[in-house]
Amino acid sequence: MPLIRNGAIAADDWIALADEAPVPQGRPVIVSLARWQAERAALLGGGASLGVRLASYEPAAALADDVGLLALIAIAFPTFRDGRGFSLARLLRERYGFSGELRAVGNVFRDQFLFMHRCGFDAYEVADRTEAEAFSAALASFSVFYQRTGDGRTPARALRQLRRAAE
Amino acid sequence: MYRYDEFDHAFVAQRVNQFREQTARRLSGALSEDEFKPHRLMNGLYLQLHAYMLRVAIPYGTLSSRQMRKLAHIARAYDRGYGHFTTRQNIQYNWPALKDVPDILMELAKVEMHAIQTSGNCIRNVTADPFAGVAADEIEDPRIYAEIIRQWSSLHPEFSFLPRKFKIAVTGAAEDRAAIAFHDIGLQLVRADDGAVGFAVLVGGGQGRTPMIAKTIRPFLPKAHLLSYLEAILRVYNLLGRRDNLFKARIKILVHEVGTEAFTAMVEEEWAHLAGGPVELPEGELERIVAYFRPPAYERLPADSPALDVQVRADPAFAAWVRANLVAHKQPGYAIVNLSLKAEGEPPGDATAEQMDAVANLADRYSLGEIRVTHEQNLVLPNVKAGELYALWQSLVPLGLATANIGHVTDIIACPGLDYCSLANARSIPIAQAITRRFNDLARIHDLAELRIKISGCINACGHHHVGHIGILGVDKKGEEFYQITLGGDATQTAAIGSIIGPAFSSDQVVDAVEILVNTYVGVRAPGERFLDTYRRLGAAPFKESLYAAH
Amino acid sequence: MADQVLTANRLSDGKVVFFDPDGGWSERIARARVVAKADGKALIAEAASSTGEVVDPYLIDVDSVAEAEPAGPVPSPVPRRYRERIRAFGPSIHPQFAK
Repeated sequence: MPLIRNGAIAADDWIALADEAPVPQGRPVIVSLARWQAERAALLGGGASLGVRLASYEPAAALADDVGLLALIAIAFPTFRDGRGFSLARLLRERYGFSGELRAVGNVFRDQFLFMHRCGFDAYEVADRTEAEAFSAALASFSVFYQRTGDGRTPARALRQLRRAAE
Repeated sequence: MYRYDEFDHAFVAQRVNQFREQTARRLSGALSEDEFKPHRLMNGLYLQLHAYMLRVAIPYGTLSSRQMRKLAHIARAYDRGYGHFTTRQNIQYNWPALKDVPDILMELAKVEMHAIQTSGNCIRNVTADPFAGVAADEIEDPRIYAEIIRQWSSLHPEFSFLPRKFKIAVTGAAEDRAAIAFHDIGLQLVRADDGAVGFAVLVGGGQGRTPMIAKTIRPFLPKAHLLSYLEAILRVYNLLGRRDNLFKARIKILVHEVGTEAFTAMVEEEWAHLAGGPVELPEGELERIVAYFRPPAYERLPADSPALDVQVRADPAFAAWVRANLVAHKQPGYAIVNLSLKAEGEPPGDATAEQMDAVANLADRYSLGEIRVTHEQNLVLPNVKAGELYALWQSLVPLGLATANIGHVTDIIACPGLDYCSLANARSIPIAQAITRRFNDLARIHDLAELRIKISGCINACGHHHVGHIGILGVDKKGEEFYQITLGGDATQTAAIGSIIGPAFSSDQVVDAVEILVNTYVGVRAPGERFLDTYRRLGAAPFKESLYAAH
Repeated sequence: MADQVLTANRLSDGKVVFFDPDGGWSERIARARVVAKADGKALIAEAASSTGEVVDPYLIDVDSVAEAEPAGPVPSPVPRRYRERIRAFGPSIHPQFAK
């Protein structure tokens, strides 16, 4: 499945590890939340980069204390209707200060890229290349935003304030 | 009223381009229907029984004459010459072609209108008191806050894939004319003891399969914290609302299942992180929006109009209309005028393109260019001078817009029903029409005083039958249309959900049944008592007896 | 046992259409291809190649109007469910939109 990272199709060096599978030495792995909570010390002892995959029904708070230890957090979108991942992403970025790779996995479509980006995602696992190739266009589809999130974009209200100040 | 600046214009234009591109991909087959459907819905486009249906947003029910003319033009150019005003202050077109919708949206954008988020699992059109800004009993204009909420909720990146639809209503007076107790979030402007104005916040109201009255989770929220508090509620709902069962996915179910206290605690805990933070509206932006809702340049007029009194005495038909359709205006010498879209035999809430154009012209001439849409499917001219009422009324009569029945037995709310809606079990509009034909005597209509009948064609309750004084719910019994009657519903601040009175009636019987109920009321009412009051005083017994005794 | 026809909404304009004997989609139910209920699934399969132009095709039960005189008009299918009759013939409150 193609991976978009930093706006371009990228190679994915991460291994999504099933719960029972042995941890390969020296390779960056993504484990489930349950496995992370059960084998934290062992995983940290391995020395490689670590990632955790959150299901859409799992709480962001479960990783609140661990954000500094993880290089990646993947958030699952089991169907495109399931919008919980958007809130999870914002909490991880804006509340708990996660600064590693925040990856959207599962049912990820081009018409959600912009919403996801605004919520703090910076990597996306998509179904096929055509979806991936639509990434830049999707992000450019809007220049006006009404809400402030942690994405650094200036919302309309702030632009209006700047304009007022300039007058 | 609010006017778009360059940012608002750019936003809707970008949205139109996005939908144009999505539609092209659908028509070429690059997108399947399953993939296209969420985008279609988030742009207000349904696929209904006969055709597509486009629901255009009318934010908090406020329209300029220019916008009304555009709505008329769209009805003529792209549809079948009419539109339907809805129970959420929007307008629906029943026959647009998908291939034309991007052009329709482009035309709407030219007059600062859109169909964004009028469907889908997102925050819908924010509704408000239709008499906002002009009602005599108002603390502050709720539309200011409805506009703030509209912008905050438009393509909100976190809340565009909620468990289910989300409806917010705002009111500015103690008398609730926006049915806030039956919304996912209801906001009421209130004044604290120290004179500060803030919001009472209600959550978890709704109709449909499981009607519930909203609970007050915060009696007083300072205005400055409106957006942070809403964000907290929406985040709790987005994360914890049920996603396993479509019929249990509204926030009212979450509030019910966790309990009001626990729910409130979750919201307050989340809000503690957000209050005073970047989501709050800056002072300057609030001032900018408030400026759009300053009162227009009213003339200084005396409170009394002797000329009007003479006209009322001279013309009984005019007098009846004045009595039923006018509401007190905060500005002396002005009146709020209701235009009934419930003429005898007509589909409730429908208006032809000709009627829309005429209303636009009348608004320019008599109402400072402004029109309102009510959630009871009528229109309002909010700024009419007392001295011009007679001339206005004379213009309305030949247009079929002067029926003197506001809030009365023939001012019926009805959903489109089985004639148009693919969700319906039974037709609703013919029942409404039959009732208006049965009760077509004006004297009788007025004698019955305030009597609100609401008809839904299925349990989704888009006709708001749960809150009708008399509610009628269409059901399917072995392939036949049957109608279940409820009594005692109330959408106002004395909120109540109607109770089923007994077995359902066939389409042949239901109008007789309504008349029996009405006659029963007349027989037992105390002087000055409305139907609803009589029901509250005596209960269902006398009504059940008259209705079912004969069988 | 009822007969069946295959109906859908046309993608481009949303109009109600019926799968017809020529393998296309007709706006009038009188032109619909009628099959015995047992052949319903086969009809869907046959229509598969032209479903790109329609949305949500589904089968409905119909009765054929009684046979006319040998020299008379072809009998037209009438849907059994009231909802489908409204859909086929038009909203009851707007006879001007009859199909």
